[in-house]
Amino acid sequence: MAFSAFATATATEQAPRRASKVALLLLLPGIAYLMLFFLVPLFSLVITSLQAPAEFGDIGEFDNAFRWENYTTVIGQYSAQILRSFLYAVLATIFALLFSYPLAYFIGVRARPYPLLQKLILVMVIAPFFISFLLRTLAWKQILSDESPVVAGLKALSLLAPDAFLTGTPFAVVFGLTYNFIPFMTLPLYASLERLDTRYLEAGSDLYSTPFTTFRTVTIPLSMPGIVSGVLLTFIPAAGDYVNASREFLGGTGTTMIGNVIESNFLISLNYPAAASLSIILMAVILVLVTAYVKRSGTEDLL
Amino acid sequence: MAAGGFAEAGADLELVGLQKRFPGFTAIEELNLTIPAGSFFALLGPSGCGKTTTLRLVAGLEEVTAGRILIGGKDVTSTKAYQRPVNTVFQSYALFPHMSIIDNVAFGLRRRKIDDAMGKAHEALRLVELDHLAARKPSQLSGGQQQRVALARAIVNRPALLLLDEPLGALDLKLRRQMQLELKSVQEEVGLTFLHVTHDQEEAMTMADTVAVMNKGRIEQLGAPAVLYELPRTVFVANFLGQSNLFSGQVVAENPDSISVDIDGTRIVVPKARAHRTSGHITVGVRPEKLILAREAPVESADNNILGPGRVIDVSFSGVSTQYLIQIPLVGTIVLFAQNMGTGPIVGEGAEVWVSWHVEHGFGLDDEVETGSRFPADTDTATLALQKRHALMSELGED
Ligand SMILES: Nc1ncnc2c1ncn2[C@@H]1O[C@H](COP(=O)(O)OP(=O)(O)OP(=O)(O)O)[C@@H](O)[C@H]1O
Ligand SMILES: [Mg+2]
Repeated sequence: MAFSAFATATATEQAPRRASKVALLLLLPGIAYLMLFFLVPLFSLVITSLQAPAEFGDIGEFDNAFRWENYTTVIGQYSAQILRSFLYAVLATIFALLFSYPLAYFIGVRARPYPLLQKLILVMVIAPFFISFLLRTLAWKQILSDESPVVAGLKALSLLAPDAFLTGTPFAVVFGLTYNFIPFMTLPLYASLERLDTRYLEAGSDLYSTPFTTFRTVTIPLSMPGIVSGVLLTFIPAAGDYVNASREFLGGTGTTMIGNVIESNFLISLNYPAAASLSIILMAVILVLVTAYVKRSGTEDLL
Repeated sequence: MAAGGFAEAGADLELVGLQKRFPGFTAIEELNLTIPAGSFFALLGPSGCGKTTTLRLVAGLEEVTAGRILIGGKDVTSTKAYQRPVNTVFQSYALFPHMSIIDNVAFGLRRRKIDDAMGKAHEALRLVELDHLAARKPSQLSGGQQQRVALARAIVNRPALLLLDEPLGALDLKLRRQMQLELKSVQEEVGLTFLHVTHDQEEAMTMADTVAVMNKGRIEQLGAPAVLYELPRTVFVANFLGQSNLFSGQVVAENPDSISVDIDGTRIVVPKARAHRTSGHITVGVRPEKLILAREAPVESADNNILGPGRVIDVSFSGVSTQYLIQIPLVGTIVLFAQNMGTGPIVGEGAEVWVSWHVEHGFGLDDEVETGSRFPADTDTATLALQKRHALMSELGED
């Protein structure tokens, strides 16, 4: 009796230890990957951001240093672009949410009795991914260009002044950002609305709440996980995006975002420390904003 | 909606020619029903007979196919659910998972902007003995606790008409009895109208003023519990509300105040006043607890119906009473409940016994016993193939 109890005790003691070894083994590739491709570059980025120009060097040659002024310099120099980036990203996120929520609600709740229709609309949401987003953005540039029928039509309807244009304006950039990130907003929203139990909506209407109040007090809170992940998936890449705002695509001289500044510092002016410190500022601000947002929306479990 | 206040009193509910068809399925054939204001009305019926559908129609969660719904004399057939002075205790509870218990209970009060919603919600929670769990989320409660919250969330609104869809199904017997009393006292105190759906016939009988027995989308019979039990009108009601011994046969004699029915040679007398039909082929019955067991042939008398001799084929003891199954030749198997008072005979399996009952205890039904489909309505392929083969084999055998 005592012997068998002892045997089982050792067995149960050993089991978790063995399991944790296996878990460690399985985690190893992931950890190695993170070390190699995230921590090392991040570390090197931090080092670069503190470098000083080489004393007798050429343009683009730098020495390791602790030049903290790099940060204050770029903030002073590019504060307009930094603010603009976050403004555009916030606007694009809001527009994408306003566009995607009704769409996701329709697919996930209203179209439930018609699974075929559900799948069809989902395919329509995802299908644009099959074409490179550079091509799609270029296509929008064509559509919004001065000679396009769209602009001509808007002018004919007097919705646009005769000398006005769309490409290169903040409108075009925010439009492009919104368009490009709509699937990232729609899919998580759909995933959470698809699981929405309509019996809660019935209970709401049974308890005297109008469809609008039910939406505000029941539907939105229950789909909050989808809203939060959609917002994160849209806002984070939109804030750092440099395609839509670049002059080759939908942007102009007055729409430069932080991504474009980093790109030109890295590739054109070869000012690596400035580019690196801007990247770190972008990361830090996103991290702070996202943490505050997630805390406020009460979905910490997501992180 | 009784905007900004509680209902002063219950409202009556009237269903006129109500019908509900789902695509390819008629859930409610035709329902005509009047529930007086302030009464406790129980809807009883087997699973899938359309009880929940009826409540959903009244609550406005489902659109009627035909017919009208009147609450307090006002036609609400085309009124939206949130505008009806009705609250529901859902069979599936439907507590909002993202709100605390107290917020769930205060939800309806807040929508109607009633003062001191929190205080009233706490009071309702105290009624169901859950005030100490007010801050929890529904997922942190047991099934029975969730059910009581659902009850509190509906009752706190004091609606003119409260719809209860098996509100006590998940509770243990003691708690259920206690909640039954609470419900009844809330209902009487304010004079609300309760429409209570239940599987539990005992619950329906003890709580309700009026019981309606529903079957296959129709109401089979409606009346006070005692009347329903004493004088069931159909075979379904006789068997669904308690148990019954049923016999069918031809009416062979009609006396001034009774009829005699011939059951394969045995005569059974039923008072005319207790029979829904008095001629032709009819079904008569008697409740198992009205039967008297005897080991010797009882003396024939005009007041008694006697069946026997028969054989006891099963005895099962259930505490208060003992249930005997007695096989009587030409009549069938009879169920008999004997109170365990130590007075009656105690018999074992295989004993020869007689069964008798006072004529006044029998009842006559309106419809005929479904003699069990002699030709099973099995239409699946295997059965059809088998039937075909039997037919073919008998044909070949004859040749
Ligand atoms: N949306 C629907 N579509 C099709 N048929 C339905 C629908 N809702 C209910 N039914 C059918 O209508 C019938 C009545 O259902 P209902 O829910 O009213 O039963 P019930 O009497 O409440 O049963 P229970 O006691 O099991 O709760 C059932 O046969 C059910 O299958
Ligand atoms: Mg039901």
